Amino acid sequence: MAPEPPLLTMSGITKSFPGVRALDGVDLDVQAGEVHCLLGQNGAGKSTLIKVLAGAHQPDGGTITWHGEPVTLKSPIAAVRRGIATMYQELDLVEHLSVAENVYLGHEPTAAGLVVRGRAAKESTAALLRRLGHPEVDPARLVGDLSAAQQQIVSMARALSHDVRLIVMDEPTAALDPDETDNLFRIVGDLTADGVAVIYISHRLEEIRRIGDRVTVLKDGRSVAGGLPAKTTPTREVVALMTGRTVEYVFPERPAGTAQPPTGTPLLEVRGLARAGEFEPFDLTVHPGEIVGLAGLVGSGRSEILETVYGARKPTAGRVLVDGKPLRPGSVRAAVAAGLGLAPEERKAQALLMLESVTRNVSVSSMSRFSRGGWMDRGAESAAARTAVRELSLRPDNPDVPVRTLSGGNQQKAVLARWLLRGCKVLLLDEPTRGVDVGARAELYAVVRRLADEGLAVLLVSSEVPEVLGLADRVLVLREGRIVHRAPARELDEHRVLDLVMEGSSSVSPTSPVSPSSPMEGTPAS
Amino acid sequence: MTQPVSPPRGSTGGTGGTGEEVPKASGKSGPRVAFARADVRTLSLLGVLAALVLIGGITAPDAFLDTRNLQLVLTQASVIGVVTVGMTFVIVSGGIDLSVGAIVALASVWATTVATQEFGFAGILFTAVAVGVGCGLVNGVLVAYGGMVPFIATLAMLASARGLALQITDGSTQVVTVSSVLDLGERDAYVLGIPPLVLVFAVVTVIGWLVLNRTTFGRRTVAVGGNAEAARLAGIDVRRQRLYLYVLSGLCCGIAAFLLIVLSGSGQNTNGNLYELDAIAAAIIGGTLLTGGRGTIVGSVLGVLIFTTITNIFALNNLQTDVQQIAKGAIIVAAVLVQRRTASTT
Repeated sequence: MAPEPPLLTMSGITKSFPGVRALDGVDLDVQAGEVHCLLGQNGAGKSTLIKVLAGAHQPDGGTITWHGEPVTLKSPIAAVRRGIATMYQELDLVEHLSVAENVYLGHEPTAAGLVVRGRAAKESTAALLRRLGHPEVDPARLVGDLSAAQQQIVSMARALSHDVRLIVMDEPTAALDPDETDNLFRIVGDLTADGVAVIYISHRLEEIRRIGDRVTVLKDGRSVAGGLPAKTTPTREVVALMTGRTVEYVFPERPAGTAQPPTGTPLLEVRGLARAGEFEPFDLTVHPGEIVGLAGLVGSGRSEILETVYGARKPTAGRVLVDGKPLRPGSVRAAVAAGLGLAPEERKAQALLMLESVTRNVSVSSMSRFSRGGWMDRGAESAAARTAVRELSLRPDNPDVPVRTLSGGNQQKAVLARWLLRGCKVLLLDEPTRGVDVGARAELYAVVRRLADEGLAVLLVSSEVPEVLGLADRVLVLREGRIVHRAPARELDEHRVLDLVMEGSSSVSPTSPVSPSSPMEGTPAS
Repeated sequence: MTQPVSPPRGSTGGTGGTGEEVPKASGKSGPRVAFARADVRTLSLLGVLAALVLIGGITAPDAFLDTRNLQLVLTQASVIGVVTVGMTFVIVSGGIDLSVGAIVALASVWATTVATQEFGFAGILFTAVAVGVGCGLVNGVLVAYGGMVPFIATLAMLASARGLALQITDGSTQVVTVSSVLDLGERDAYVLGIPPLVLVFAVVTVIGWLVLNRTTFGRRTVAVGGNAEAARLAGIDVRRQRLYLYVLSGLCCGIAAFLLIVLSGSGQNTNGNLYELDAIAAAIIGGTLLTGGRGTIVGSVLGVLIFTTITNIFALNNLQTDVQQIAKGAIIVAAVLVQRRTASTT
């Protein structure tokens, strides 16, 4: 029973990308003057939804109603003209321009429509900054010279330089310290008092309790609950909504005997590895046949850890041993030679040669094997790629097709095939199912488990908690560059892990009753 | 513990028996598709070349189709052609080499100093090649290990090499007195029935094609150009590969400088003027992506032949160089537009 029509209503929004249905029917209504929080795990569709609202993505279906009339937001400019501003997590500021130039980028105050009135821009920027509680930021300074928190303020000033009725804030406190967070919340309070609505995205439940009015929960591209009271809805209910799955992930059986910790020489051993500013020293062992999972949020240092183990980043302390032999630090080539293989997070940017065939993508790490005095033995190459592709039941099974025509799951299999062909001993998987369709995931999980059964050591990083719990034998929970918990996957459940990664913001008891089989499916016992 | 998937654990000689027949049975469709696509591009370039020959034959019927003239076209194409082969490798790897013309100039004057000429044919050849390789090495070290942008590093080399060439000659033309070198440039000099310069061009082209398409070096080049980060994470030594590529480009410049010495019987600091633009343009209209990752030697060579033929036709029709330049520019634009269209439809 809304007293007045909502400022914004999105209903039945759908959006698909090749191979992935990112939004599968999202409803959202926002009242003027409220702080509406969006909650959901990584991959739930939050980013896609706010990009639709910002005009950066066009929805495939559904309607957007703004001020009571249906609208289409054709471009970011169209959204801004209607009064919808978005502050992305990755700030979209131009480092080499001044604060004022950034704030008025694209709508500079001009004389005769042509000449930029720099002084006017500076003056009104200064006024905006005062309103935001940061009069010390000089409008003439280059944005690149500002701190992260100040850049955040500039980004907000830019939003407010338009006649804005709705501001979307995506994880605005990620880079802020407590004082700055307080200032941000004060500004949010001022804005909403003026009738401006705020859509607020955060992983931190306590922030949502502090400033939120209502909560909409997204899960697997759908809104599973809308308009929950932010202050009074029990944490347990919110977490259950975020995690309860309509789609069951099917994880392969763990082999018998993994209940006891493995003994003998670990295949991969990490001793005191650290990178200043990214993650603190930690130890880790992975034995043959074992899958070890690292669970953590974006920015918790998980990808950095994996890339440092792999030698793509140089550690500031510690070392990595494979089969008991230390690796030369900071050398990918040494890591690959010792039998490490990485399936990186950004598959297209970091792993695949998009212009090339599957064969060439698979053979790229094993070229010396097919070299006959520098000449490629193309017959042997093609045969080996074909075998590797069959082994992983990659589809289509013709490895001569361009890799870019493959679905996300099959592209990931091509990356795995590369390392199989190489004869790799330790597989590092960074978000292995990102951009992979739900149906194809189970298959990928089965492949990873089989590779482990065949004697590989697997180190898995994922922000999807059920994936880590379902696939890994042992789990390390990571928060802000620190390992905060280690346990066999059987002894953890999703609530517990989410609780640990979200900074103890909920009061879920660590010993919630779980039947022994339930974490295998990654479903909360309910 | 290791679980390699494939049978041919690559002993150098024979491969596993099981893997042998598989690729033959099914390895057909893919390469054929790739061939078909490459063929369309090659055929369209050949079509342009044929059209030019037709235009030449019509506008200057006697002069153009004369054997001597056609031989001259090929000979002129040889110098820039050898440079373009090296340039193609660099561009395929995602780089650029702006210094090729200046390296040609420096190598040609260094190889024709009085002191060098005392060592005769071998001295001239060796010096030209060594100077080219040396300059390429400097480029490569700056780009691969100094972290400099290829555009800047090779621009600096362009300026310095030209300056050094001027310093060596003091602006004068250094005439070659070694007769064995001069003989190669004679109008009726033939090796195996082919003008020697054209033979060198042909050999460089064939070797370039083989290296790019059939060797691990070529594969690494394409991988680095297609996605340097992926290549690095796949265990390829990206920096060393880049170093080699600039050295290769320098080597081609050294060979081209020698050809130019043979052709002109002299060394001048103004040699190789704007070769960088001609070589880049030829590679681009030949279908090499300026962003790297894809390119063909055949296309680049056809690009060179097209440009040289145009120059020849214009000269025979007494059109000035300004008109030639305008026509070249138009052809580059047209070729790239056509390629973008074909690229977006496939």
